Amino acid sequence: MRKLRHWGPGLLLLSPSLILLAVFVYGLIAWTTKVSVSDEHNALGSKGFVGLENYTKLFTNDINDRFTHSLKNLLIFTVVFLVGAMFFGLLWAFILERGIKAEGFFRTVYLFPMAVSFVASGVVWRWLMNPNKGESAGGLNSVLGGLGLDFLQNTWWTNPDWGMAAMAIPAIWQLSGYVMALFLAGFRGIPQELREAAAMDGASTYRLYRNVIFPQLTPVALSALIILGHMSMKMFDLIMSVSGPQWLTEVPAIYVWQTLLTSDYAKAAAISIILLLLVAVVIVPYLIYTNRQEKNA
Amino acid sequence: MTAVVAPPESVPNLAPARKPKRRGGPGAIVKYALALIFLIIVLMPMYVLIVTSFKSGSDIGVASQWSLPETWTMASWEKAWNALRPAFFRTFQLAIPVAIISSLIGAANGFVLSRWRFPGADVVFTLILFGMFIPYQAVMIPLREIVTTLGIPPGITTLVFVHCVYGIPICTLIFRNYYATTVPEELIEAARVDGAGLLRTFGRIILPISIPGFVVTIIWQFTSAWNDYLFAIFLSNTRNGPITIALNALAGAQSPDYAASMAGALITSLPTLVVYVLLGRWFIGGLMAGSVKS
Repeated sequence: MRKLRHWGPGLLLLSPSLILLAVFVYGLIAWTTKVSVSDEHNALGSKGFVGLENYTKLFTNDINDRFTHSLKNLLIFTVVFLVGAMFFGLLWAFILERGIKAEGFFRTVYLFPMAVSFVASGVVWRWLMNPNKGESAGGLNSVLGGLGLDFLQNTWWTNPDWGMAAMAIPAIWQLSGYVMALFLAGFRGIPQELREAAAMDGASTYRLYRNVIFPQLTPVALSALIILGHMSMKMFDLIMSVSGPQWLTEVPAIYVWQTLLTSDYAKAAAISIILLLLVAVVIVPYLIYTNRQEKNA
Repeated sequence: MTAVVAPPESVPNLAPARKPKRRGGPGAIVKYALALIFLIIVLMPMYVLIVTSFKSGSDIGVASQWSLPETWTMASWEKAWNALRPAFFRTFQLAIPVAIISSLIGAANGFVLSRWRFPGADVVFTLILFGMFIPYQAVMIPLREIVTTLGIPPGITTLVFVHCVYGIPICTLIFRNYYATTVPEELIEAARVDGAGLLRTFGRIILPISIPGFVVTIIWQFTSAWNDYLFAIFLSNTRNGPITIALNALAGAQSPDYAASMAGALITSLPTLVVYVLLGRWFIGGLMAGSVKS
């Protein structure tokens, strides 16, 4: 009874949120899972349980291997996006970290794309990534032509094999500043004494960064990778806005939407659940890890 | 290494700890040169948006794509504004209530979770956090069915509700870390000695010192609701949806009017950019939430 009086008011304050999340996160995920093992392939509703058939069909019996194609697209996009955003984010943080005036101004500009929606930036990136080359080149291709770098002109996201790598460019533009901010916070968190001690020991700048500073940034890099990685797997707005839904640039998140338009609920649910599992594989260990870290602190 | 999140003010200090030593030399020149090149690259899309939006139809051809307008005209801005205006105001009706309601819920939850270590609190907290990482496609099919079955009309009201619910995790997280690091235990203890219950402590003592936390969550939720497209496309349409839907309708046509699309993209981005420029420090605080350990 005394326990109840102690925890009671807190739980009471917390319970509306807990109920909402239990219903709208976990309840609805369970519901989607249920749809994904049914045969609800049209608006008429479900007749029964089909086990994992909808899942296995996605991998073995999808027209033109559409689902594996969307996974391949997602993989290319994710790799290019992660590598690009991490590279520029770290480089910018490194440039701004010390010894530069107007650091605040550069930081503000590098980060501003985060305030813009993918839908809005997609409008300009579609124009920038105009696939025409040579005389009729536009957008980035005409800049490359003007710089005498014609050989770099390419068809961007319309390339059937590597188009998704180009699709990652706007995402890199949008999120490198975010990675930079994470790394800057990381750099600032390193005690000045550590640098001074290393300098005292006669460490060169290279060795200072290589052996002292970068190892300290590993947790930041991990966080950045996880955040970008899970964003990448959910990528929807950007692709919808740059190319619209189409075969060339289809990823699972868009495949779900396209499938829903045909009222194939069971299939859409199966893709959603696979997407959820992909994200969970990354996020759940991370949450457990940070939780443990916190306890040890 | 204390939290999943950038702690306290939840506003990390990104400025250098002390005045950097003035160091000339080739290293510094390379740094400035690189910083400037990247500045130009980052701003390039913005340049395109602005100059194209002021061009007239004949001016948009491939040859003059990168040049300034021959004659500056507001025609495309007018066209875009006429197309977006209703959605523009609707999106304020969406983003403002979302920002306020989510922040209040987040403050209450964050306070409880930062103080009352009931059994299983860690598990509960982790379960709450997971909600902010899920791909919303995994809840969208039943969500739409509920909305249709209950006869709730698609549009802003539905979206307000949805954004508030799925905003609970991030707002709870931000406030929990804010309270865990900025509110001294003695303050709560003193209130308890004075006989104040949890609710009264929260209302009288905690809320008044929560302004920095509120600034972060309000900006964060306002921006996410304003920029959202996924919920919008599932739960609204061009007649009752927010501005991202309207912009996509304006710009997504087969042969879009580029000048008007770009003016539209600028109009769409204006409110969040204003927030970013005026309140950048706190904006970054929201960004860091859910990621940094420092």
